[in-house]
Amino acid sequence: MQHLKAGRTLALATACVAALTGVALADPDLTAELVIDGELHLVTRAPSDDVITPNLPERYSGFLFRDPATRDMQMDDFENPAMLAVEEGEGLWSTVEGTAGQSCQDCHGDAADSMAGVRASMPHVNGDGVLWSMENYVNNCRTTRMGAAEPWGWNSGQMRAMTSYISMQSRGMPVNVAIDGAAAPYWEQGREMYYTRFGQLELSCANCHEDSAGLMIRADHLSQGQISGFPTYRLKDQRVVSIHNRFVGCIRDTRAETFAMGSPEFIALELYVASRGNGLAVEGVSVRP
Amino acid sequence: MTDVRPRIRLPRSAAAGDSIVVKTLINHDMESGQRRNSAGEIIPRQIVNRFTCEYAGVMVIDMELHGAISANPYIEFEAVVPASGDFVFTWYDDNGEVYTSTESFTVA
Amino acid sequence: MFTRRDTLAIGVGAAAASALPFAAFAATVDEAIAAFTGGAAVAEGGVTITAPEIAENGNTVPVTIEAPGAAEITLLATGNPAAEVAVFKFGPGAGNAMVATRIRLGRTQDIMAIAKMADGSFTSARVEVKVTIGGCGG
Repeated sequence: MQHLKAGRTLALATACVAALTGVALADPDLTAELVIDGELHLVTRAPSDDVITPNLPERYSGFLFRDPATRDMQMDDFENPAMLAVEEGEGLWSTVEGTAGQSCQDCHGDAADSMAGVRASMPHVNGDGVLWSMENYVNNCRTTRMGAAEPWGWNSGQMRAMTSYISMQSRGMPVNVAIDGAAAPYWEQGREMYYTRFGQLELSCANCHEDSAGLMIRADHLSQGQISGFPTYRLKDQRVVSIHNRFVGCIRDTRAETFAMGSPEFIALELYVASRGNGLAVEGVSVRP
Repeated sequence: MTDVRPRIRLPRSAAAGDSIVVKTLINHDMESGQRRNSAGEIIPRQIVNRFTCEYAGVMVIDMELHGAISANPYIEFEAVVPASGDFVFTWYDDNGEVYTSTESFTVA
Repeated sequence: MFTRRDTLAIGVGAAAASALPFAAFAATVDEAIAAFTGGAAVAEGGVTITAPEIAENGNTVPVTIEAPGAAEITLLATGNPAAEVAVFKFGPGAGNAMVATRIRLGRTQDIMAIAKMADGSFTSARVEVKVTIGGCGG
């Protein structure tokens, strides 16, 4: 083992990034196939378009940027640690809570039927014309219909479990969020944020995920920043994380004061980022570093 | 700690005397005792420190775990199944709790 | 192949974290080995460790160890603050002597598996796993 002084390490690390960039493992592995338990094939490549992603040649799931061990972990429903959160969500689905004395199941029945397609179309505009993420809909049901005392925190264990469970009911379906009509102004807002440089490092989402997808940032392999695999089990956090949790992390990494999870800005950004993945399969819950 | 839910995966079938692959997964934070909270204080260690598996009353594996085992411990090993019987899996938590799971297995 | 470059990729964080003198790490590893072997000689070979060359994230690294004929195996992370990762004892009901699990590695280091064979002898294997600090979300 070698111990180096901090200053030199940083300078040499920058130099070595340049060296590592040339390595073959930088680009997405377009030969990798996402097959769950040897049976269920999920689409990880989708055509791009002129409206949403004119600058992407093709849309790639984050799965294609991961190493074989991480991919293997996702392809086995038993070994996938995210399934623990899905199971927890399944338990919550049939748990009675609130003054109405009902569980999700009492109204929504079998989630496989009632929740099919929900993840694929989130976020979407509600009956009052406001753009809501899945978390908003869940809490709305819980507080106004179930009479639950408290909404779940955006990144709470229960919310992550429930969104994981609901997301699984759309697994395999193509992402298909609406960006027209009432959603249009939110989508524009999200698009503007995507191309805005934030923070001391003055980086926009596009700088990394559009201009540099496939390259290395230090030792991370940059993907297109798709959210078709969320909620995802992050190896780093050793638990399932939400989309907004990742947005917070990304903007914080540009050394900016970040927006809050559940903020209108992030919901708009979520719509825009989701649309960039239209056509990719919802992965239910994925595994990412 | 939320509900602890062990998961077990056994092959669908095997012949008597086969060595089968057993996969286990349990949700547990495995707080190593190395991390600090935002106030700078060490977060106390709380891990699953031991895992055992028996089949038909015979010990298969006895594993001692330390803080370097990742959260939601995944443990895979092989067991011999001379005849049909029950697998008993046990996880021992630092806090004294014990989690168990039993799965019966039938040989062809 | 990767030489010193991968060590350099560790970055500031790990360099700062490894404030303990190198000797302290060596003592922990040696103590762990001695606790398992009782000071007996340890040969090499007969043990296979399967681990990624570069860990996608150091917090969850999948590892498989196979040691045909072993009665016990200990897994050590020679560069972690505490070297011991796990000790596996195989009983009469065990099939092939193999285990797979997921471990946390704090920095690029060798992981070592020592197997105690049925006849009381010890043998081992050692592989390097590179652990890097990423550019996004650390």
